[in-house]
Amino acid sequence: MATVQFKKIIKKFGDNLVLNGVDVDIKDHEFVVIVGPSGCGKTTLLRMLAGLEEITDGEIFIDNLLVNELHPSKREIAMVFQDYALYPHMTVEENMNFALRLRKMPKKEIAARVTEAANILQLNKFLKRMPKQLSGGQRQRVAIGRAIVRKPKVFLFDEPLSNLDAKLREEMRVEIAKLYQRLNATIIYVTHDQVEAMTLAGRIVIMNHGIVQQVGSPIEVYRKPCNLFVAGFIGSPTMNLLSGRLSIADGVSVFFNESLTLPIPAFVLPQKEARDGREVVLGIRPDDVLVEHPGGEKCSSKIEGVLEVCELLGHRENLYLKVGGQRLLATVEAFFNRSPGSAVSLCLNYQNMHIFDKVTERRISE
Amino acid sequence: MKKKMSAAAKRKRLNHLLLHTGLILFAAACVYPLLRIFSVSLRPGDKLVSMDLSIIPAGATLISYTKLLGDTMFLRWLWNSLLITLATSFIGVSLASTAAYAFSRFRFPGKKVGMILLLSSQMIPAGMLILPLFLMIMKLKLMNTYLGMIIAYSVSSLPFSIWILKGYYDTIPRSLEEAALVDGTSQVGAFWRIILPLSTPALSIAFLFNFTTAWNEYLVARVVLFSSKQYTWTLGLFELQGQYITQWGMFAAGSMLVTIPVLCVFLYSSKWLISGLTLGSVKG
Repeated sequence: MATVQFKKIIKKFGDNLVLNGVDVDIKDHEFVVIVGPSGCGKTTLLRMLAGLEEITDGEIFIDNLLVNELHPSKREIAMVFQDYALYPHMTVEENMNFALRLRKMPKKEIAARVTEAANILQLNKFLKRMPKQLSGGQRQRVAIGRAIVRKPKVFLFDEPLSNLDAKLREEMRVEIAKLYQRLNATIIYVTHDQVEAMTLAGRIVIMNHGIVQQVGSPIEVYRKPCNLFVAGFIGSPTMNLLSGRLSIADGVSVFFNESLTLPIPAFVLPQKEARDGREVVLGIRPDDVLVEHPGGEKCSSKIEGVLEVCELLGHRENLYLKVGGQRLLATVEAFFNRSPGSAVSLCLNYQNMHIFDKVTERRISE
Repeated sequence: MKKKMSAAAKRKRLNHLLLHTGLILFAAACVYPLLRIFSVSLRPGDKLVSMDLSIIPAGATLISYTKLLGDTMFLRWLWNSLLITLATSFIGVSLASTAAYAFSRFRFPGKKVGMILLLSSQMIPAGMLILPLFLMIMKLKLMNTYLGMIIAYSVSSLPFSIWILKGYYDTIPRSLEEAALVDGTSQVGAFWRIILPLSTPALSIAFLFNFTTAWNEYLVARVVLFSSKQYTWTLGLFELQGQYITQWGMFAAGSMLVTIPVLCVFLYSSKWLISGLTLGSVKG
C-alpha cells in the first residue's frame, strides 16, 4: 500500500478553473473520502490521480514517486467507476482477470487471485456470466473484484454506489467497510453523499468550487466545521444558520437579530473575536435545539417559539419552529404529541454552538 | 368481457393480415425482377421478351451459364471484381475505423470542419468525381491496375464509413476505455481490445457498404480499366452487348452469378449485425 500526496493541484478546462491549489496528504492504509457538491472538482481530482486527466499545474505523488507524467497503467492504482465500466463482451471472470492477463501473469496465479476475490465478493456463481446477465449490485461487485485482483497500491472509488437503489447502497456500503477492514488498503473514495462519507471515512476531505474546505475525521468536521460551507454541508438535517450581529455589554458578548437576543458565553466565543457590531452567523444543529428542556449551565435561557410543522421520521421527529420571524429546526425523540400552532419553549445547547464571521465565513467560535 | 376480448383479438388478427399482405406484396415486387432474370437465363436462344409467365420456361437449359463460363472471361472478371472489392472493403474499413476513433475521442484543431467536409464530399454526385479521379490515377501511373481501382474505391467510400463508425463509437461509454487504460492497456490497446470488439455491428455495416459499392461500381471502372483482362464483372457483362445483337441469355446468367458473392457476404455478416453489444457495461 502507499501514501498519496496532492501538492498545489490546479486544473483548468479552458478558462474554467476547476481545481484551485489542492493540497492533501493521504497516509498509508488510510480510507479518505472526498466529498462535496456536484461540480466541486472531486471526481476531476481522482481522475488526475488515476492519470485519466491532465494536470494543469501542481504535483501528485504516489509512494513519494512523482506520477504527473506516468501512464495510468504504471501508477499501480485500481479504479472503480461510477457506472461500473465492465467490458460487456467479456464474462465476469474475463473482466476480473483482464489486467492480470495483460501483465502475462502465470495462469495459476490468475486463477487463484480471481477465486480469492470472487470468494470475498460472493461472485463464484457468476464467473461465467456476461455483465448484462447481472443485477446492478452484482455488477458493482464485479467492478470492485476487478480492482481487488490487481492488488494495487491505491484503490480509487468514483461514486461507486450512486447508481444503486437505497437498500442496495446501504448493503454495499457495509460491504465496502468490511472490505477495507480485510484489505487494510489505501482507499480514496469520492462521493457527494455525506452519509457514505461519515460512515466510511477515516478522514474526510470536503471540497467546494475546486478548493479544499476542510480535512479531518468525520467527527471533527461534524463537531467543528471550519467555515459556513462545511457547517451547512455536513450533517442531516442541516444546521440552523441564523444571521445577526454581536454586541458587547459589560464584557459579555450578545448575539442579536430582530427575533432573538442571546448572550454568548466566553467558552463559546473567545474575547479576541468578540467585537461590537461584528456581523456573524450563529450555527446550531437541530439536535442541539432543546425543546421543553429543563435547561442548565451549558444551555441558553428559555426562548419562546411556535410549533409550525412536525415530521415523524420513526424514532425521531423534526419540529419546524418559529421564533419571532426566525425559523428553527429541532430534532427530538419521536411522538412529541403537540399540535401545530402550539407554543413551545426551547433553549440552545452552548456546547455545540458554532459562530462564523459573516464576511469571511470562517469559524470564530472555539 | 369475453365479447370485448374477442373483438380485440379480431382487430389484432386483421392487423396481422394487413401487415402480412403488405409485406408479401413488397417481397414480390423485390423478387419479381430477379425471377425474371433467372427465367431469361434459362431460356434457350437469347430471348428477352416472352409471353410465357412461368419461371422455369419450356425447354429450360443451362447453356447460357456454360457458354458464359466457358467461352468468355467471366470467371476472370469475377475474380478481378472480388479482389478489388475485398481489398477495398478491408482497406476502407481499416482506415475508417481508426479515423473515426480519432474523430470520436480526441480533441484536435479542425475536427468539426473535417467532419463537415467529409459529409459534404458525399453530396457531390459520383459523376463529378470521375474526372478528378481519372486525373489523379493517371498521374499516379495506376491506370488499368488493380491498385488504381482499389485507391479510387477506398477513398470514395471512406467518408460514409467514417460517419457511421464515429456515430457508433460515440455511443460507447468512455469509461470502458478508461477502465482498460487503468487495467494496463495503451490507448491503441484499449481501441483494439475494447472498442473494436464492441463495434462489430457498425464495422459490418461499413464493410457491407464498401463491398456492395465497389462490387456494383461501373463508372470509375469504365474510366480506369481498358484491357478486358483487367475488367471487373460490370464492364465484362457489357462486352456481351453488341451493336446489333445482345446475348441476353448470357447477360442474365452473369447477372444471376454475380449476386452470389454479395448474398454470401450479407448472410455471413448478418450475424454481426446485432445491436446491444454494450448492454450491461455501464448503468443504463
